[in-house]
Amino acid sequence: MSELIIKNGYVFDPISGLKGDKADISVKDGKIVDKVSNKAEVIDAAGKTVMAGGVDIHCHVAGPKVNLGREMRPEDKFFRGEYRGGILKQGKRMEMGFSIPSTWKTGYAYARMGYTFTNEAAMPPLLAPHVHEEFRDTPILDQAAMPVFGNNWFCFEYIKNKELENNAAYIAWLLNATKGIGIKVVNPGGTEAWAWGENCTTINDPVPYFDITPAEIVKGLIEANEYLGLPHSVHIHGNNLGNPGNYKDTIDTLKLAEGTKAKNKFGREQVLHNTHLQFHSYKGTSWADFESGAKEVMDYVNSNKNITVDIGQVTLDETTTMTADGPFEYHLNQLNHIKWANVDVELETGSGIVPYIYDKNIKVCGIQWAIGLEIGLYAKDLMRVHITTDHPNAGPFTRYPRVIKWLMSQKAREATLDTMKWKDKVIAASNIASMDRELGLYDIAMMTRAGPAKALGLSSIYSLTKGADANIAIYNLDANKLPSDPELIEAAFQNTAYTLKEGVVVVKDGQIVAEPPKYTLWTKVNMPENAQVMHDIKEKFSRNYTVNLENYAVFDEHVHNARAIELDVA
Amino acid sequence: METVTMTLTSQPELFLECYNVTPDQFAGKSLAEIAALPAHEGKIQWKLGDFFKFDGKAGETAADTKIVVNGDVRRMKRFGQKMSAGEIVINNDTDMYIGGWMTGGKITVKGNADSFLGIAMEGGEILIEGDAQNHVGSAYRGDWRGMSGGLIRVKGKAGNDIGTAMTGGTIIIEGDAFIHVLTHAEGGTVIIKGDVEGRVGGQMVKGDAYIFGNILYPLPGFKKIATVEKEVDGATYTFDQFIGDLGERKTKKKGEIIYGNIYLKK
Ligand SMILES: [Zn+2]
Repeated sequence: MSELIIKNGYVFDPISGLKGDKADISVKDGKIVDKVSNKAEVIDAAGKTVMAGGVDIHCHVAGPKVNLGREMRPEDKFFRGEYRGGILKQGKRMEMGFSIPSTWKTGYAYARMGYTFTNEAAMPPLLAPHVHEEFRDTPILDQAAMPVFGNNWFCFEYIKNKELENNAAYIAWLLNATKGIGIKVVNPGGTEAWAWGENCTTINDPVPYFDITPAEIVKGLIEANEYLGLPHSVHIHGNNLGNPGNYKDTIDTLKLAEGTKAKNKFGREQVLHNTHLQFHSYKGTSWADFESGAKEVMDYVNSNKNITVDIGQVTLDETTTMTADGPFEYHLNQLNHIKWANVDVELETGSGIVPYIYDKNIKVCGIQWAIGLEIGLYAKDLMRVHITTDHPNAGPFTRYPRVIKWLMSQKAREATLDTMKWKDKVIAASNIASMDRELGLYDIAMMTRAGPAKALGLSSIYSLTKGADANIAIYNLDANKLPSDPELIEAAFQNTAYTLKEGVVVVKDGQIVAEPPKYTLWTKVNMPENAQVMHDIKEKFSRNYTVNLENYAVFDEHVHNARAIELDVA
Repeated sequence: METVTMTLTSQPELFLECYNVTPDQFAGKSLAEIAALPAHEGKIQWKLGDFFKFDGKAGETAADTKIVVNGDVRRMKRFGQKMSAGEIVINNDTDMYIGGWMTGGKITVKGNADSFLGIAMEGGEILIEGDAQNHVGSAYRGDWRGMSGGLIRVKGKAGNDIGTAMTGGTIIIEGDAFIHVLTHAEGGTVIIKGDVEGRVGGQMVKGDAYIFGNILYPLPGFKKIATVEKEVDGATYTFDQFIGDLGERKTKKKGEIIYGNIYLKK
């Protein structure tokens, strides 16, 4: 029996209502408890900030797409830091890559920032084994992955034929087959259309051959999600990402959630999570008159409680874009001419990869930077607006501390604006310069752990409430006396004083000191077998897939330390 | 200018990464401090002093510092990496990545250099009295940013991938070259005084190749537009001018389409 107590820290845990009061956090056998004996090991957190482990709701950190990025970008590893990390006595591991780090660097760098959970944002079902193999090699972090459903032939047909129960049964079957956590949608219909050289840029563009629209796809998947009562909602990257004027398409997509209420036992309240909202909040008709549409989009988000979003903040770095939105990546390559990879995943999805430099001396990049921060600063309910960089699309996750700094300090935002060549044009095309809101540590706790955990339906595991896993971050920040130099805020969030994973100290003073076991979380739906769906699956596999059904699902032994979130559907 | 002479005293078992042998790193340091600078052999970190003995004196600044390297350094890489000023003279053959990413100063190799000579170089001068291998003045593997400034002169011959993704600067190969010259280039000049096997200017958007000998297998994406006189490396010659790569995207400057050029000496 191991006991531990974290004493006298300023504790921020929005799930349990702690708003920075001095409190002691007790840990017994890896779980948060009310109290421990006087034999408990003591961590003195006086003058420090204590939060639950960070929860990343949307990042691309594992699987075939990420690895193709690593393969096509050897230069991403060059002149980029220490190269080796982890525990010396185990033999240090390769910590390579800046925008597409090695699995080892991924685990260590998140842990050093106080994060203990990541949600891989796009798992191609057919290639799920690769995702799980990389989870095995990513130390410390609990991980989950969302299979993509937005261009899936089964779903298209069930939705078109209005077969809700069959669609739900297929989704449950695929979550089991891939050990996935929830429903991801990327450019609904558009990636399938791309296989025909076309795209769906509004929610009403019909998908070639299938003759359904993105609106029908999204509505059908929301309906199935709530029919099943999954822990997370439908998680969507909508149509027309990254194009001037797309804020209208975004609001159209968000409106598809109107009138639907969340139905689940996990405390989740939203029915739709719109990821990387920054890429979807663009006004203007071209890159010449491009401007921020953050106000319009956030006005809608603020007044509709059944929606959550994450930001997708541009960090002004050289990075690697990668998405299941194949047509988007093609168009991006036509803009920057660097290099491009495109992959089709039969019957299910596709993807593209293009390196990208968000240059502070390019006007559009400056405006994109402003839009992301505006989304955070316009937000009325920060439990519903989460910090991400859509890693690595808008920047690497290792820049979260910098994003936090910008949100917490107007001085830091002004300093970055001052470095931009087209500062005046960026200011004219956005509202960032006039926004004096500065977020506090409680706000950041909502945006980086409590909000994402609640939206994922995982707040009973990832919080400081009694019975939760003792995943805890302790930052060198005196909540009563925040530093006036914003760089010190960034530094504090970059390297924790302590990170604990299930009660084990894994980071001390920014150094990795332990690598305890980690979990792969997935959603296990218990429901009666659906004979029609099983028949459809067998038929499609024999007719359309290049693999046999028997070779499709990930093997149980493939899935590292699986931890099922179970639910029953009658 | 002050001079530090470093002489090889023992060979590494594998290859030694001498990325710290630059005037920038040596300047202002005592010989003992220089000998304590790290160098890698695979994953093992050594000190430069484990392989070299040092004599002389470093200058106060990089510009004031000359380094002379003596001994059989065929298993030593990365001399002059990222150097910004000063001078390095290597009195024998050496290995890969000499002068990579350098921004200024001068490197002379009295023998042969291996591959990746002056990759992604931004400025300064490299003189190789012998031959060079592959990827002279190219981009790092996978990168799209090749040599952007400065001068590389190879008195002997060179291998493949010369000036890949080059955007500026000049490469002169006085002997023959193998294949792939100025591939993907968006600027810069490559002069080859001998013959080239082929693939000159593939996917080139901008840049100038001057070939004094033959191109055994020219690419079909280039067409002849003129015969011109040009001064190249201090003398004037007559060339057939070809433009291309016609299969690649084109940029415009002041309304005119920009092409890459191959000048083939008549
Ligand atoms: Zn994403």
